[in-house]
Amino acid sequence: MVIGWKHGFKSGGETILKSSAERLINKVEPLGAMTLGRVQSVGRGALFFLQGLFQILVLPIQFSKILEHTWFIGTKSMVVIVLTGIFTGMVLGLQGYYTLVRFGSEGMLGSAVALTLIRELGPVLTAIMVTARAGSAMAAEIGVMRISEQIDALETMDINPVRYLFSPRIVAAVISFPLLTALFDVIGIFGGYITGSLLLGINPGIYIYRVKESVLMADITGGFIKSLVFSLVVTTVCCNRGFFTHLHSTGGFGAKGVSHSTTTAVVHSCVLILVFDYIITYLLL
Amino acid sequence: MTQPFIELKNVKKRFGSNRVMQGVDLLIFKGEITAVIGKSGCGKSVLLKHIIGLETLDSGVISIAGQDLSAMDREARKRFKQKTSYMFQNNALFDSLNVFDNIALPLAEGSSLSKKEIRDRVLMRMEQLEIMGIEGRYSAQLSGGMRKRVALARALVTDPDVVLFDEPTTGLDPVRKNAVHSMIKAYQERFGFTAVVVSHEIPEIFEIAQRVAMLDKGRIVFQGSPEQIKESTIDVVRSFINGIEETNREF
Repeated sequence: MVIGWKHGFKSGGETILKSSAERLINKVEPLGAMTLGRVQSVGRGALFFLQGLFQILVLPIQFSKILEHTWFIGTKSMVVIVLTGIFTGMVLGLQGYYTLVRFGSEGMLGSAVALTLIRELGPVLTAIMVTARAGSAMAAEIGVMRISEQIDALETMDINPVRYLFSPRIVAAVISFPLLTALFDVIGIFGGYITGSLLLGINPGIYIYRVKESVLMADITGGFIKSLVFSLVVTTVCCNRGFFTHLHSTGGFGAKGVSHSTTTAVVHSCVLILVFDYIITYLLL
Repeated sequence: MTQPFIELKNVKKRFGSNRVMQGVDLLIFKGEITAVIGKSGCGKSVLLKHIIGLETLDSGVISIAGQDLSAMDREARKRFKQKTSYMFQNNALFDSLNVFDNIALPLAEGSSLSKKEIRDRVLMRMEQLEIMGIEGRYSAQLSGGMRKRVALARALVTDPDVVLFDEPTTGLDPVRKNAVHSMIKAYQERFGFTAVVVSHEIPEIFEIAQRVAMLDKGRIVFQGSPEQIKESTIDVVRSFINGIEETNREF
């Protein structure tokens, strides 16, 4: 009788322990799976990037595709870059003027506008605008190709999909981003000139003199390096999200999956642009 | 006995807990049309994808002309891939390329032919498949039958030794279905390629195939000639074929 009671107690205790352990495992398991998923995703992205870079060097060079994507990423983004650049410059001119005039240094407006644009806002805003216009299109186009088996079709034809879809876009972005950034900077400085000199009456000669005097080659190089890094970040994130749409089932399959990939590509690109901006600025200063 | 060109030995594949292939043994002979039949979702398309290399097997062996596919060096595998075409169930045409560029793509990207040679070969295939005059159109502007023919033209433009057809008649009306079957048969006879056709079209597929294999619950439960399958005493084969025939008669 006593032994029976003891046995019952023992097995009851084991059951309670077992069920608490199971509950704990059930809670920890999804966390582990999520962590592993993230690590795998980062690893896949890194390999995708390296393979894309390597395929640029494999002959024959894909000139026509590079040209086609440069037209899409670069030429077709010019209007949006001009519009963003001019209004950014005008706002900087306006804000800068009313801040500087308090200290009687409104003559420094040219320096403030030019340095802000060339060092920071030019590369960052250009990259964000190109992400919104061309990066989202890249993710969506490649994502649709993935779910409609077009990427599988490339593989069956012995065409390397990374080389065909990703490598020419990297080269096109590396060509386009610095040029668009330069355009943004020039237009932005002109925007500052419109508000500062034409609307608020700063001497145009002083404005241009301050721009020339304050901008150093190191500032331009810094902006150029940033735009190059951003071009790699944006193309890698956007193409990678589209290419592996089928593996990111958390956002849904089919059209919903593509939509999720596109949104994630834009959000991740924008966040990474700002993260890399900080890192590069820290290293350059 | 004739040596099989493609041989699958005890091929196993699982997706998570779903065991799609549980030891598939299949023989495919050179210059023949082999039809693979079976219920929807039994792994017929997965089987084709293993042959072309879109999926990797968990265990087992796929050999091509007696050579283990997984042990092939890069060049040999590349040669096999270049001589193998795959026609997808939903065609998988590139919707941002026009018909001409779609058909020309495998040649433009995977061969050293000149632009003129590529153009001549593409136009010749288009003429043979009676799709001339639609070179500049996009797949979204074509009917289902036209898309099938464009996909077939793309599959045949490289003069392949092996063509894998994944349900080539899906979504077509009976007239078009017969046309596609006749087309496969006619081109196979003309060019002599080895064809593997995954199909649900019973008994029509028996008219064009020299061999039939039936996949059920992850295993090949029958392989032989169309005449032999019609006389098969295996329950699952009989019920599958009769079930489909009865359904066809009801309709």
